[in-house]
Amino acid sequence: MIEYDYAVEVHDLTVAYDKKPVLREVSLKFPKGKLIAVVGPNGAGKTTLIKAMLNLIKPVSGLVIFKDSEGAGLKNKIAYVPQSGSVDWDFPATVLDVVIMGRYGHLGWFKRPGKAEKNMALETLHKVGMQGYASRQISQLSGGQQQRVFLARALIQQADIYFMDEPFKGVDAQTEKSIVALLKELKGQRKTVIVVHHDLQTVSDYFDWVAMLNMQVVANGLVEEVFNEENLGQAYGGKGLLLKGAV
Amino acid sequence: MSPSFEIQLVAVIVSAACALPGTFLVLRKMSMMSDAITHTILLGIVLAFFLTRDLNSPLLIVGAALMGVATVWLTETLTKTHLISEDSAIGIVFPLLFAIAIILISRYAGKAHLDTDSVLLGELAYVSFDRMVVFGVDIGAKAIYTSGALLLVNAVLIAVFYKELKIASFDPMLAAVMGFSPTLIHYGLMTLVSLTAVGAFQAAGSVLVVAFMIGSPVTAYLLTDDLKVMLPLSAGLGALSGVLGYQCAYVLDVSIAGSMAVMTGIIFVLAFFFSPTKGIVRGLLRRRAALTRVHNNKA
Repeated sequence: MIEYDYAVEVHDLTVAYDKKPVLREVSLKFPKGKLIAVVGPNGAGKTTLIKAMLNLIKPVSGLVIFKDSEGAGLKNKIAYVPQSGSVDWDFPATVLDVVIMGRYGHLGWFKRPGKAEKNMALETLHKVGMQGYASRQISQLSGGQQQRVFLARALIQQADIYFMDEPFKGVDAQTEKSIVALLKELKGQRKTVIVVHHDLQTVSDYFDWVAMLNMQVVANGLVEEVFNEENLGQAYGGKGLLLKGAV
Repeated sequence: MSPSFEIQLVAVIVSAACALPGTFLVLRKMSMMSDAITHTILLGIVLAFFLTRDLNSPLLIVGAALMGVATVWLTETLTKTHLISEDSAIGIVFPLLFAIAIILISRYAGKAHLDTDSVLLGELAYVSFDRMVVFGVDIGAKAIYTSGALLLVNAVLIAVFYKELKIASFDPMLAAVMGFSPTLIHYGLMTLVSLTAVGAFQAAGSVLVVAFMIGSPVTAYLLTDDLKVMLPLSAGLGALSGVLGYQCAYVLDVSIAGSMAVMTGIIFVLAFFFSPTKGIVRGLLRRRAALTRVHNNKA
């Protein structure tokens, strides 16, 4: 077996809501510089896994280790793209405002964003094809545009590890294509990208590595090695067989 | 300064001081919390009064602020059990703490200057009686200086923590990942709201404080899409309500605080219908224009 250079390791992670376990003793290693999909049925604990890894939820037990990044510097090495539905898009802010928020972590407390941050944000908006939208109110964006703005906000963080919770949810085909292109570009820069993903049909096309989850780890490895019918069946129950075309 | 000018000046300052933290309450969908806090702080004041036996003690402010934070904490602890919803939790905590304060006042502090009417509506009409005297020179009503200090504290803190408040209000999870503890910012804001409520309520009373904290920012929200504009606009609309409310009360010979609170409501209704961007009328016109276009296309 090849030993990979891992970006992050999860050891025996157990998370519970109201004493009901959502993740049970999950142990995973995610290799550096890969596009990684986290798949599993609804309620499998995909979002919970990401949130627990980011310390947004307190686990019952377990350990998350980010390699090469310690303590204080860690927060600037991780970028997080939550589900776009998790924020209020009627918040009084422009597209530019939201993208600049991606620099807040680097600025730290008290320091205000200035011209440098603004220019960076404009550049990043260009990258995601939203250059004409800088002064647009976020309430006027479509689902795909919201997702692009979130992506720009993550890109501007210049992190090493990107966590994305369903970035393809509610986006049109063209946006999906351009998001995939950006993810591949990140991979080209040796960034690690961990994506909660729903569409089994596209796993093989988009990702190198897949973690299959159903409260426990069903499989974790290279897509060509572990993304097979047997594991799908185990992760999704009988439903896996219906998705034959995916494999 | 004439008493009527002083009353209006205090109203303007208080309304601006309330509108600044109020803007973030509105954006964080916590409007009802201001209602709870403005009432429950009374319990903090009463308890601190029992300790100090002095209505002018600064400990009263500390007690009130602590009780405001306790209200938020109790509500959230109840909500986190998932047994009841957040609005129900507010509905339980706020009347309970407020009622305890009322019982304590009626039983033990009947003779002290702590009566329930002034709690609800404040004593704006009397602000001129309490003077600020420095080296024997009368430099105006005391309330001008206390509320002025409050406005200054709020304006400075919100300016300093603007970026942190903004990200923690818009996307608390991202704020957490970036190292801006949303819990810390949340309780910081709630402390500020409690302090503002104490500072403002002696002059304005809890009903008017809520009107200034929520009414003006909501109106501003209908008029702008820019947080940097929304903050001063809320303060300005509150000031406008204060001045117009006073004039109205003067002409009609009615309660000053009541009239000011009504004015925040009237200004809200105007914005609700006639806001150039989000107003109802604008929406109707747009729909009609769209219908006409469809008709014309068919023709």
